[in-house]
Amino acid sequence: MTTLTLGKALNAGLRRALAADEKVVLMGEDIGTLGGVFRITDGLKAEFGAHRVVDTPLSEAGILGTAVGLAYRGFRPVVEIQFDGFIYPAFDQIVAQVAKLHYRSRGNVRMPLTIRVPFGGGIGAAEHHSESPEAYFAHTAGLRVIACSNPADAYVMIQQAIASDDPVLFFEPKRRYHVKGEVDESASLADAKPMGVASVVAAGTDVTLVTYGALVQTARDAASAAAEEGVSIEVIDLRSLAPVDYATVEASVRRTGRLVITHEAGQQGGVGAELAASVTERCFEFLEAAPVRVTGHDIPYPPAKLERHHLPDLDRILDGVDRVLGRPNSLSGVEA
Amino acid sequence: MTPSDRDATGLLTKPDQFVQLVGPTGDRRHDAEYDRWVADIDLAALGRLYRDMAIVRRLDAEATALQRQGELGLWPPLAGQEAAQIGSARALRDDDFVFTSYREHAVAWCRGVGPAELLTVWRGSAASGWNPFEHGMAVPQIIIGAQALHATGYAMGLAWEGSDAASVAYFGDGATSEGDVNEALIFAASFDAPVVFFCQNNQWAISEPVGLQSKQPLARRADGFGMPGIRVDGNDVLAVLAATRVALDRARRGGGPTFIEAVTYRVGPHTTADDPKRYRTEDELAEWGARDPLTRVLALLGASGVDTAALEGEVADEAARAAAELRAAVTTIPDPEPMSVFDHVYAEPNSHLARQRDHYGRYLAMFDETDAAASAADGGAR
Repeated sequence: MTTLTLGKALNAGLRRALAADEKVVLMGEDIGTLGGVFRITDGLKAEFGAHRVVDTPLSEAGILGTAVGLAYRGFRPVVEIQFDGFIYPAFDQIVAQVAKLHYRSRGNVRMPLTIRVPFGGGIGAAEHHSESPEAYFAHTAGLRVIACSNPADAYVMIQQAIASDDPVLFFEPKRRYHVKGEVDESASLADAKPMGVASVVAAGTDVTLVTYGALVQTARDAASAAAEEGVSIEVIDLRSLAPVDYATVEASVRRTGRLVITHEAGQQGGVGAELAASVTERCFEFLEAAPVRVTGHDIPYPPAKLERHHLPDLDRILDGVDRVLGRPNSLSGVEA
Repeated sequence: MTPSDRDATGLLTKPDQFVQLVGPTGDRRHDAEYDRWVADIDLAALGRLYRDMAIVRRLDAEATALQRQGELGLWPPLAGQEAAQIGSARALRDDDFVFTSYREHAVAWCRGVGPAELLTVWRGSAASGWNPFEHGMAVPQIIIGAQALHATGYAMGLAWEGSDAASVAYFGDGATSEGDVNEALIFAASFDAPVVFFCQNNQWAISEPVGLQSKQPLARRADGFGMPGIRVDGNDVLAVLAATRVALDRARRGGGPTFIEAVTYRVGPHTTADDPKRYRTEDELAEWGARDPLTRVLALLGASGVDTAALEGEVADEAARAAAELRAAVTTIPDPEPMSVFDHVYAEPNSHLARQRDHYGRYLAMFDETDAAASAADGGAR
């Protein structure tokens, strides 16, 4: 075991993927000589060369479109989108090409791309640097969407994403890049938990609290705080947003009878909406209360000095827990 | 034509000029720079280029007829662009790879794509008709200009592997306004990618004239991106062959990308759903009719002593057989199985889609049971 930050764990995972398969190429803006604005690719260009770790022109559509061509040629491109809010120029290539080419070619052309996206807020950044665009991609057939929340998962999941023959949107919780954790760098990828499987990160009996990315830690903190009041929360790190591991979520909800979902992204059409609907369809008779969503507001990401009024935090999550438990909460007496 | 008509990149500097080796009346125009690239094209080879063009013209007309008869959902005719497509595609090697738009039926012909493979997508029977790796040709691209980036990425890969193969991006004048094409030109230049950007300027992007896309000849843009641009008479199969060979040779030798503007004309509608009478004149059609790509080759062959009546007859017979084969192939394409709607969305197992597939399968099975029950009630008479 080694103690690594989440960022360093990603770096180590990328290094191992580059070493394991010569068709793996990293592409992005500032990822080579600089090592990426978050230093996730630090040192990799020097180690593997400019044809394996490629500094590209400032063109997100260009990066994704050329990655498609490289995949046609048998490469396994790993693309970095510098910030969540910069992904939209590449949206057409991702949605119309990357996601659909396996289908459009009747399985003849594989698109084993990994699209790395630092996502989410909480770092006091300028506009377009704190977004959570994951629902657009979870909605798109042909893509897999995953999010890591800790160094150990980051190390394994980035390698699993690269090894996948399907295109993967890989969301990295940028405000947790500096969080440290134990990473087993000698572990075999074959024995690791598949990236599509969720993790129960805190066991509990009263409420199931589902989240992913940066909010996993916040949810765990909320569970600890609730425990002091005698409320037992089971926290699930979803890890995969498309497809969702409903087996794990359902098993938990059938025991607790109550579901709270929290994410930084807005509520409307979000991952939580899909989760609430599906769990209601599948576990209706087990539910003691309607599922509750604690999400970012349906607003453009606000200025840094307002983001604490946008991002779900420990107290807002616990307010949602109170609501699902029918305890006094901010909406008591109000039709939600 | 004098050297002073060309700028440093070999581009002809006046808007109405282009590389031309065979004029509209079949007059052979000698060009010191480009003649040598087609020195091997003797009368027999020129006859074969004529054959290609005549057959694809006939196949194209047959496909339009099939659409009118309800056998195809839609068809984008290539009529008028035979020389641009045959001349460029006949310059390719088998190990080159082409990324086309949706009108490059003659390119597909040259790449060995069969009639049913070509038409199944237009019949709506399948998402695509051929395995790209069997023909060195990607699936058709409807999103305008997106394939220019794919060709560029593929070429970057070729260069990194040390291959001397090349890729070609086919697109139209309308696509030059898309970001993807401009970004492809930037990436290709920056990475010296062995890619040929083959722009068929057919004068119209559905109803929009090329003047709305560009205020100057499209080939001139190449200079701004840092690559050579060649403007060629796209209705002159020999000139197109020469220009494409120049560009491919440069790519194979590590010289990077080239932009070719083939000046041609879309004689038919944008697709069978379009009515070009709403936006262009009979005079314009007549003007371009006089520049037809096939008649000039026949004229040159005739002037060179070839029995063109015999050639025409022979090729027409062959084209008619190809058209009959096309018709037979299309009308016998089987309808896809309902459950195949879920096939190939993912390369790996996907729990979400597996569940949806299962549910839809159960729904469809309900009708089988209804049919079976009705059949039993009829005493098996149905």
